[in-house]
Amino acid sequence: MFGLSFTPREFWAVVHGMILGGLYLIAFAGGFAGLYMMRPQWMTNEGLRKQAHCLITGTWIMAAVAWLTVFTGTYIVYPWYRAKPPEGADLTQYPRSFLKANEAIAAWHNFGMEWKEHVAWFAPILATVVAYIVWRYRDQLAEEDRLRKYTLLFFVLAFVAAAVAGLLGALITKAAPVV
Amino acid sequence: MTSNVSNRIPSGPAAAAFLSGSLGIFVIGLLTTLSEASHAIGNALNWYNPSGPLVGKTLTGIIVWLISWYILNRMWQDRDVNLKSMFTAAIVIVALGFLLTFPPFFTLFKG
Repeated sequence: MFGLSFTPREFWAVVHGMILGGLYLIAFAGGFAGLYMMRPQWMTNEGLRKQAHCLITGTWIMAAVAWLTVFTGTYIVYPWYRAKPPEGADLTQYPRSFLKANEAIAAWHNFGMEWKEHVAWFAPILATVVAYIVWRYRDQLAEEDRLRKYTLLFFVLAFVAAAVAGLLGALITKAAPVV
Repeated sequence: MTSNVSNRIPSGPAAAAFLSGSLGIFVIGLLTTLSEASHAIGNALNWYNPSGPLVGKTLTGIIVWLISWYILNRMWQDRDVNLKSMFTAAIVIVALGFLLTFPPFFTLFKG
């Protein structure tokens, strides 16, 4: 329709990077603001309870999205990226080999993918810790300034890990797309 | 106040979550560097050939995270612990995890 089409590999790359990864990164701003605003001097008791309820839902959804992102990346898209080409194959169909064969762009694999594939897994672990603490402590987070700040810092680290992975993923896809 | 003293949840469960999460991350980082240093370790972590050693590194990290979380939570679930010390330790361990996955660092140990 309208000349728009995806190969199955492109479809899964979009699901992994743009839909799941993009959703996680966009949702971070809302989660951060919600956690930051949880202060008794800024909200009524009723407001805090509702805020806690929203944050519990939101942070668990974010953790689930982060897990789906790394699992689709590692088990669906990454095998296509790292597949070994047969003798004489067109290397543009084999992104890892294509990048490594060209010295000018080899760093996209040697630095970019090598960091991305590992650091991405930090995001769901950190996001799950945050979701657990928000769920366990609820509006007690508003009373305990230190715990809220620590939770926020873990939340920021989860975002940093996902942002590094997402940015590198986008740039690597530009240099050598999975098609 | 929104919760009274009797309903207050001690800091132990939060400390257990922070520390165990950092341990999982550290293990992923450590295995990344070790598999770079030793082909034998890299091969041992190759649990699913299409994705290579990444699967072994990350699943081992997840297993360590969940087991340590269970143990620490059982130990601290009804206790207040020094949250500042535990969180500081967790941040240092997470920072080491980031360092151990950073290619310019782990390629120093290339075997």
